[in-house]
Amino acid sequence: MTRADVIIVGGGIMGCSIAYHLARRGMRRVVVLERSHIASGATGRCGAGVRMQWGTKPNCLVMKESIRILEGLEQELSYPHGIGFKQKGYLFLAHSKAQLIQFQKNVQLQNSLGIPSEIVSPKDMKRIAPLLDTTGVVGGSYCSKDGHCDPFHTTRAYALAATRLGATLLQYTELQSVTKSAEGTFKLTTSAGEIEAPVLVNAAGAWSGYVASMLGVNLPVYSERHQILVTEQVERVLDPMIISLHEGLYCQQTPDGSFIMGLGDPNEPKGLDQGHSWQFLFAVSKKISRLLPDITGVRILRQWSGLYNMSPDRQAVLGAVDDVPGLYVACGFSGHGFMMAPAVSESMADIILGNTPRVAIDVYGLDRFKNGNLFYEPAVV
Amino acid sequence: MSSDAIICRCEDVLLSDIRRLLDSGLTTFDEVKKFSRCGMGPCQGRTCRSLVLAEIARHRGIRVQDLEPGRFRPPGKSIPISAFLEGGEEQ
Ligand SMILES: Cc1cc2nc3c(=O)[nH]c(=O)nc-3n(C[C@H](O)[C@H](O)[C@H](O)COP(=O)(O)OP(=O)(O)OC[C@H]3O[C@@H](n4cnc5c(N)ncnc54)[C@H](O)[C@@H]3O)c2cc1C
Repeated sequence: MTRADVIIVGGGIMGCSIAYHLARRGMRRVVVLERSHIASGATGRCGAGVRMQWGTKPNCLVMKESIRILEGLEQELSYPHGIGFKQKGYLFLAHSKAQLIQFQKNVQLQNSLGIPSEIVSPKDMKRIAPLLDTTGVVGGSYCSKDGHCDPFHTTRAYALAATRLGATLLQYTELQSVTKSAEGTFKLTTSAGEIEAPVLVNAAGAWSGYVASMLGVNLPVYSERHQILVTEQVERVLDPMIISLHEGLYCQQTPDGSFIMGLGDPNEPKGLDQGHSWQFLFAVSKKISRLLPDITGVRILRQWSGLYNMSPDRQAVLGAVDDVPGLYVACGFSGHGFMMAPAVSESMADIILGNTPRVAIDVYGLDRFKNGNLFYEPAVV
Repeated sequence: MSSDAIICRCEDVLLSDIRRLLDSGLTTFDEVKKFSRCGMGPCQGRTCRSLVLAEIARHRGIRVQDLEPGRFRPPGKSIPISAFLEGGEEQ
């Protein structure tokens, strides 16, 4: 039996970044288990947008810090390839007066926290995104510091930095079962043998509920498929990420020129299906052709899907699992975990080590489901 | 093949780029694709997939037919957004 000081289940952006911060804080035997390769889960399938425009104070503060970290992350992690961080802004479209009032509230909150977002008129929006058809759009909100980052290379940058600091990354190694001994040690059976540690971090994304259930813990999360597509590369014509909460649609042009767009489907059943459908191609094409009519000649190259791990208030679930000492969880990201990771992984590492984190994340704790302190995030696609 | 041979013309990936990734521990086509963008361009890996698989097989000392070929993402052949503007309603 191999022994570790901490075992992290899941080699997505969360697992790899938590491993890095634990190793950097001097934890010796940090092991990450990943049943496929790093970023093979939601992380490598995501839209990889990062934004500070949120509707609740904790999310604003976390994302503001994440973006600050991303600005210097290539240097911090010594990753010469680069992580492709580009700040071309996020433009939210309001299709009704009521939605614009919600955006005004959000922007007021964001500004009070030092986030440089603003309410924009349809005319401003044409200036920011000339290709946008603003028919039926009454206004919007915009933040030029929001942007996009390469999810594969950001994850790999964390993973390589963690291994340089002594962490062990076990890819193609699946956690199959886990028990807790009377002395409080987690004993894991994996596809590559047994391993034990006094601390276990569940960063298994869409599968976190299943991993928790191995220890008899019932997490209030579920998973849900989200479909997405990428087009061929064309000349750069669109700077910001365009988001319509009304249509459930987001679309951006990445630095290499391809458009990435996705759609939330309110009728999507709960589950772990990662398939794709032709209905999605029709639905997203029709919606995008109304907002960006000039790009309908662009060719779709690939479609795929990934899983959101959802919580009841669409807020992350972070921290210790009180009923099982030594067990920690980072899941329930509800479609925005990529951008939470840079800030939240650091706080998770500090909580695991008993330090006070720089960015407080206690509001995301599991206890909110016991004492009813849910805090619903309005700005989710 | 010389190490500056171009493996993926769509994304400008050289054989030396592939070898560097394999040396750093990548073992499958899907990993090479995601971390080099090889095969993500307009031709969707039509030329590079077999070249990369051969290189992985050589690097790992196993036969190409024993490798995972890697995922194929639809639609396979690129289709303009405009082709999806009519129809598609649930039956
Ligand atoms: C279509 C789509 C678009 C998105 N767009 C954005 C966006 O624009 N911005 C943003 O911030 N977020 C976005 N997200 C959400 C984001 O992808 C996730 O919140 C984030 O990647 C979660 O990271 P993670 O490390 O927790 O999970 P994952 O990346 O899913 O990692 C979990 C890992 O655990 C592994 N695992 C599971 N079970 C086991 C086991 N038993 N043993 C070993 N390993 C196991 C899996 O293989 C997986 O690699 C999007 C998601 C999707 C699906």
